[in-house]
Order: sequence, then C-alpha cells, then structure tokens
Amino acid sequence: MKTTSRYRSAARMIAAIGVVSLVAACSGNGGATGGATGGDASGGYPDQNITFVVPFSAGGPTDTVTRMIAEPMAAKLGAKVVVQNVEGAGGTVGAGEVARAEPDGYTVLMHHIGMSTAPALYQNLGYKPLENFEMVGLVTEVPMTVVARKDFAPATLQDLVTYVKANADKVTLANAGIGAASHLCGLLFQTATGVKLQEVPYEGTGPALTDLVGGQVDFMCDQTTNTSGQISANEVKAYAVTTPERVKSLPNLPTTTEAGLPQLQVSVWHGLYVPKGTPQPVVQKLSEALKVALADQKVIDQMAKLGTAPVPAEDATPQVHRAKLEEQLGTWAKVIADAGLKAS
Amino acid sequence: MELLDNLALGFSTALLVQNVLYCFVGVLLGTAVGVLPGIGPTATVAMLLPITFSFEPVTALIMLAGIYYGAQYGGSTTAILINLPGESSAAVTALDGHEMARQGRAGPALAAAAIGSFIAGTVATVALAVAAPPLARVALQFGPAEYFSLVLLGLIVSIALARGSTLKALAMIALGVLLGTVGQDIYTGTPRFVFDQRELYGGIDFVSVAVGMFGVAEILRNLENEQTRTAVITKVKNLWPTREDRRRIIGPILRGTGLGAALGVLPGGGHVLASFTSYAVEKRISKRRQEFGRGAIEGVAGPESANNAAAQTSFIPLLTLGLPAHPVMALMVGAFIVHGITPGPNVITEEPELFWGLIASMWIGNVLLVLLNLPLIGLWVRMLRIPYQVLFPMIILFAAIGTYSLGFNAYDVYAIVFFGVLGYILIKCGCEPAPLLLGFVLGPLVEENLRRALIISRGDASVFVTRPISAVLLALAVAALAVAVLPAIRRRREVVFTEEE
Repeated sequence: MKTTSRYRSAARMIAAIGVVSLVAACSGNGGATGGATGGDASGGYPDQNITFVVPFSAGGPTDTVTRMIAEPMAAKLGAKVVVQNVEGAGGTVGAGEVARAEPDGYTVLMHHIGMSTAPALYQNLGYKPLENFEMVGLVTEVPMTVVARKDFAPATLQDLVTYVKANADKVTLANAGIGAASHLCGLLFQTATGVKLQEVPYEGTGPALTDLVGGQVDFMCDQTTNTSGQISANEVKAYAVTTPERVKSLPNLPTTTEAGLPQLQVSVWHGLYVPKGTPQPVVQKLSEALKVALADQKVIDQMAKLGTAPVPAEDATPQVHRAKLEEQLGTWAKVIADAGLKAS
Repeated sequence: MELLDNLALGFSTALLVQNVLYCFVGVLLGTAVGVLPGIGPTATVAMLLPITFSFEPVTALIMLAGIYYGAQYGGSTTAILINLPGESSAAVTALDGHEMARQGRAGPALAAAAIGSFIAGTVATVALAVAAPPLARVALQFGPAEYFSLVLLGLIVSIALARGSTLKALAMIALGVLLGTVGQDIYTGTPRFVFDQRELYGGIDFVSVAVGMFGVAEILRNLENEQTRTAVITKVKNLWPTREDRRRIIGPILRGTGLGAALGVLPGGGHVLASFTSYAVEKRISKRRQEFGRGAIEGVAGPESANNAAAQTSFIPLLTLGLPAHPVMALMVGAFIVHGITPGPNVITEEPELFWGLIASMWIGNVLLVLLNLPLIGLWVRMLRIPYQVLFPMIILFAAIGTYSLGFNAYDVYAIVFFGVLGYILIKCGCEPAPLLLGFVLGPLVEENLRRALIISRGDASVFVTRPISAVLLALAVAALAVAVLPAIRRRREVVFTEEE
C-alpha cells in the first residue's frame, strides 16, 4: 500500500509539471486557433487574445521590436497580446501561416524587409505579399552598418570601394544566410560598386560576427542592433551607416551618402500585417494602436538603444505601408534577379 | 588582488536576496524543463524572456542563465531513468545511465551525474572568473578550417559510442549525417530532401529525432511483452554510489571537466562535442572497456561533467565578446539588448556588477542544484515504479507537448512518430540510436565548416594543413583512426599466423 501512495505522489508531481507546460504551450497558441468568432465588425473587437506572429527566433532583432510594441498596443486595444515565434525558411513559414489564418484581426504578423524579397528569392512561396495580406502600418526602419575586421586595410568607405575593386579575387564578404538583411545589403553593395565578391554565408548573425571579430572574413553589412557594441569597443572597423541620417548611438559614423556611396541605401524596415479580408475597421483599430505604441516614450527609448527609432506617425498607416512594400518589391526583384539568385 | 575584489563584487551582487531567489527559480525551472522530455532550455528561455523585462538586468540574466545550466543538469535524469535524452549531450548519458537504471542502479547513476556536474560547474566557474577574456581571445583563433578538423576528430573518436558492431555504428552515423542535410542549404538556398514541404526547409529538429529514436522507440520495444520490459525496474539496489563507485568516478569527473571546459569556450559549437568526446576518452583509457554500454558508471560521470563544464564556459564568448555560441546565448543577447546593455567586449568593464554577479551566481546556482537534486533522487527512482500503463502514455503526451512548444509546429510532432517507428525498426535490426544522433548533430557542422573554409580559401584545400591548429587536430584525428583500426588489423594478422602454423 505504501508503495502505491508513493508512486501516486510522484505521478501527481509529474502531472502537475505537465499541466504547467500544457498551459504554457496553449497560451502561446490561443489566438491563432480560437479566432473564428469575432470577425464580423470591429464592434466587439478585440474580445480575446491577439497573437503577434514573429517569423524569426525569439530574442532576435525583429522579436525584440515586436515585444517592445506589443505591450503598449495591448494596453490601447484592451486585449492581451501574445507573441509567438514561428521560424523557418527566411520568415516565409510564419508569413505563410498568417496568410492562411482566419482574417479576424486576432492573428497579426510582424515582418521585415524579407516580405519584399521573398517573392524574388522563393519560387513556391505559397502566398503573395500584396494580395494575401492587409497592411497595418510601418513600425521602424533599422539602419545597417558596413563593418570590417579591425586589421582590414581600407580606412574609409571610399578606400573600401577602391580596395575591393582592385582585390575582387581576394576579398570575402560575410552574411547571415540567404535572404538575411546582411545578405541583401551585401548584394546592394556589389550592385552599387559593380564588383562581384566572394560571399561567405553563415547561419545567423552571431556566427558571422564571430568570424568577423576573429578576422576569418574581411567585411560585412549588418544591422546596428548587432554591430553597435562591437563598433564602440573597436572590435570591428566601421565605415558607414546605410540610412539618410546618422544614428544617435554612433554619432561619429558617416552615412553612405556622406562617405561617397549614395547608392547604398538600405534599412531593415518592419511592418505589421493581417490576413487579406480582415474587416477595415479592425485594421484601422490596429493601426491606431500601433501609432499610440510608437509614440510611447518607453518604446522610443528602447529603440534608441537598438540604434533605431519608430517611424513617424503618418507612416504607421496601411497606405504608406502598402506604398513602401510595392516600391521595395520592385527594387529587390531587380537586385536579386541581377545577382542570379533563386532559392526555389 | 584584483580577482578577489572582482569576486567579492560578484558575490555581493549575486547574494542579494532577489538574485538568490531568482537564481533558485531559474535552476528549478531549468531542472523541470530538463526533466520533461521535449521542452528544452531554448523554448523555456524564449517563453520567459518577456517576463524578465521588468527585472533588474543582472537578476534577469541570472535567472535565464540558471534555466540554461539547470536544464543541462535535469536533462540527464530522463536520459537515465527512461532512456529519453532531451539534448544531444544527454544522449551519451543515456547509453550507460539507462543501462544502470535497468540493473536497479538508477540512484548511483543519478548521484554520479549530480556530483560530477557540481564539481565541473565549480571548476568551470573558477575558469570563467580567472581567465575568461584571454580564453575568449584564443577561441577566436578558431575559424572554419579549425572547426572542420575539430568536428572531424570528434566524429572519429565517437565511433567508440558503439556498443556492438562498428560497421552498424558507422552506418548509423552515415544515416544521421544524411538526416542532418535535410533543409535549405545555407550556402545556395537550395532545398534538400524537403519533398516540397515548406516545414522541412528549416531542417529536422533535434528534439524530434531524439525523442522519437530514444523515447518512443524504447516504449514500442517495451510494449512487446513482459519479459523484455525494462523501463520498469524490478528491484532498486541502492540509492547512493558505493565506495567502489566513488573511487571509479573521480578520474572521469576531473578529465570530463577539463575537456568540457576547454571545448565549451569555442563559440562555433565546441560544447556539443564535450560529452561525446569525454565518453570516448573514458572508454579508451578504461581498464573495464567491456563494461561500457552495459552500465559503466564512468560513462555517466565523465560526459555529465564535461557537459556541465561546457555549459558554463560557453558563457565566455558571450560575456567577454558579446558573441553568442548557441541559440540560448542568442536569446541572452536579446535579453542584454532589451535591458539597454549593448552586448560586446565592453560589458566586462562597463557593467562589472553584471559580469561578476552572473559568474558568482553560477556557482551559487550549482550549489542550489546539488541541494535540489540529491534529495530528489529517491523520488525520481520511485517514479520508475509507476505502472507502464500510466507512465508510457504520460511520457508520450509530455514529449508531444514539449516538442510542439519548440516552434508551434505540428510537423515536429509528426516527426516524433516517424522517428519512433524508424527507431524501433533499427533496434530490431541491432542498430543503435546514439551514433545516428551524433551524425545528425555533427554532420551539418562538418559540412558547413568544410564548405566555408573552402569558400574563404577559394577552393584551396591546403588550408586544413597549413593552419597550425587545424593541422594538429587533423593529425590527432589520423592518430585516433589508427588507434581504432590497428588492433583489428593486428588481430587479423594473428589469425593469419595461427592458420599458417
């Protein structure tokens, strides 16, 4: 009898741990599955949890930005916002899932520049950015920086251009994988300078930056989020920032325009999407909440630490977002086709 | 005595009430997710990251770090008890640990793992405190060529994981390597073996393979009939290691600690090699080589120590250079950023309380883990007496939930079923899952680094021998291969000679 009660208590204990994990697993998915009811009008919206799908891993720059705005948006909407990471295939798995989700405003996608490059990169995408989504608004444009190993010869961006032209067969250009922001920026650098360089892909920014700091590769282009710490510590050599304005966290770093390569303009722009067919009043409500979040001082401060800033209020609208997406789809279709890339 | 000042600063931070409390919460959660099949530290840290946003930065990092090394600790428990490793390192522990459990020696196996982990954790914490920055500098010398040679060496020495036929082990390694190639090729974006399933583009998840091949397959095998049912233990002999056990585990623990601490520093994935290499070394130098795979306590103590030491020292690249060594570390980078700390080499000078506080908390966390785990051994062992009608469905249920929580991807759950059936068929053919898992983990590393090294060198293969570290590692690999193959050749010659006489 004694042994029976003993293993019962043990069984109860694992059952308890199991329930906790079950709750955790379910709460992460609550909005995605149970959203069939409130889709008729915005009247009752939102009356349940809203799921923000991030198509990249937790802790990454896109995830961080999402979690920053999720809290003030939830407060404005008066509903709980759950952030869910659905990773895979350069963000296309998560985007595809949202494209197929119920268009009721309870499943929202946060995506970045990858939304505009995927149609050119992937043959069987399974969704069309302009046709399968409603745009809610832009969120932020994260600047990128051109950085090199610290003992790399060129001193300025002009030197770098001259140097890679003269040593195109020796220089290596790292990136964080096909379709990553660093890869796109690297492609644009090659288009802008007219030099074809040896690219060295990595699986994510961490390993790429590790090898750059270790001097295994020559240079790369990456978001300020990842590079500003290494730049301030002089572990890498920084040439320029790829946006029209300098960034506050790196005041001494010139823009590509100032440094003489104005064609190299790229930012990792982020936007919110909902599935096509979501009622307009719901889209408007989300857009309004986004504007409130972007004006939140805490969000502004947190983004400043990442070396970025919220977009102006007028850009956090479906119209500006759609225009940006259309323009970017055209730009990248050409750059990617010129590079002869196809990830199928 | 700058070091003492720093440590004093660290302990004064780590011993603050809320920091000790959250350190405890972290290691407790870590132990729980380590014990639960499927749910790994990455998913847990990802889920809890937002909760820590309101904490002090150092408190948040102490808790998140606690989850990580706590999970390394807890992972061995299910590996030993029910042959269900949650991480690649625990797959090694399952080899001899579960054998010991079948023989009624689950208690000593769990104790050996706990004691080994504690000693390793303590030594690695000291290593972190004394030599983190210079060690990180050395680790940066490792480029793609060096990693290729290192992982190749790891693969060769790990043939020792085979319990039975070397040929079958090689076949399993090859199968694992092939499974590891599923997904999008990172260099060209070409999808490989995805059969038009977008969910497979990101590759097969390790947890699905491990849970299926070990856990589900083991359950299927146990269902065959009463006689072969081994998960349910007949008689528990003793809970604590005997004097003989204690004598036998000292050497493996110390060697494992050294090996693990050294490999853990490498940011490009050295930590995954730690437990495999330690097992291979212990088997090689042991006088009781035939006991390995049949319940040798050395095969539990060594790899567990190596694993925990590596878990601790893998913080070195993150803390001193801001460079993450694996997904959990990448999440920690996210935690740094959210708290307004720019991860990078400046953290150590700009945020000394955070750096030293985190290091001191790791030692405190290790003490807490031992205090938490040793008394639990009795409880865990009793869990084995749960009737299989209750235990097996529960294991499957938790495994499915845990795997699903990784990426909310139903495909990962289907994969458990697939690998469960595959694992069962392989067991029936006398093939073992451990070498397969090893190939699955190391294969992609070999390929990735081989190709990257050749891309950087523009196709010149001589980089592998002209770069000194790489050359030394390759020489060791050749030597290891010779040591493994020569006895077989000698034996054959002896056979030939006897025939001639």
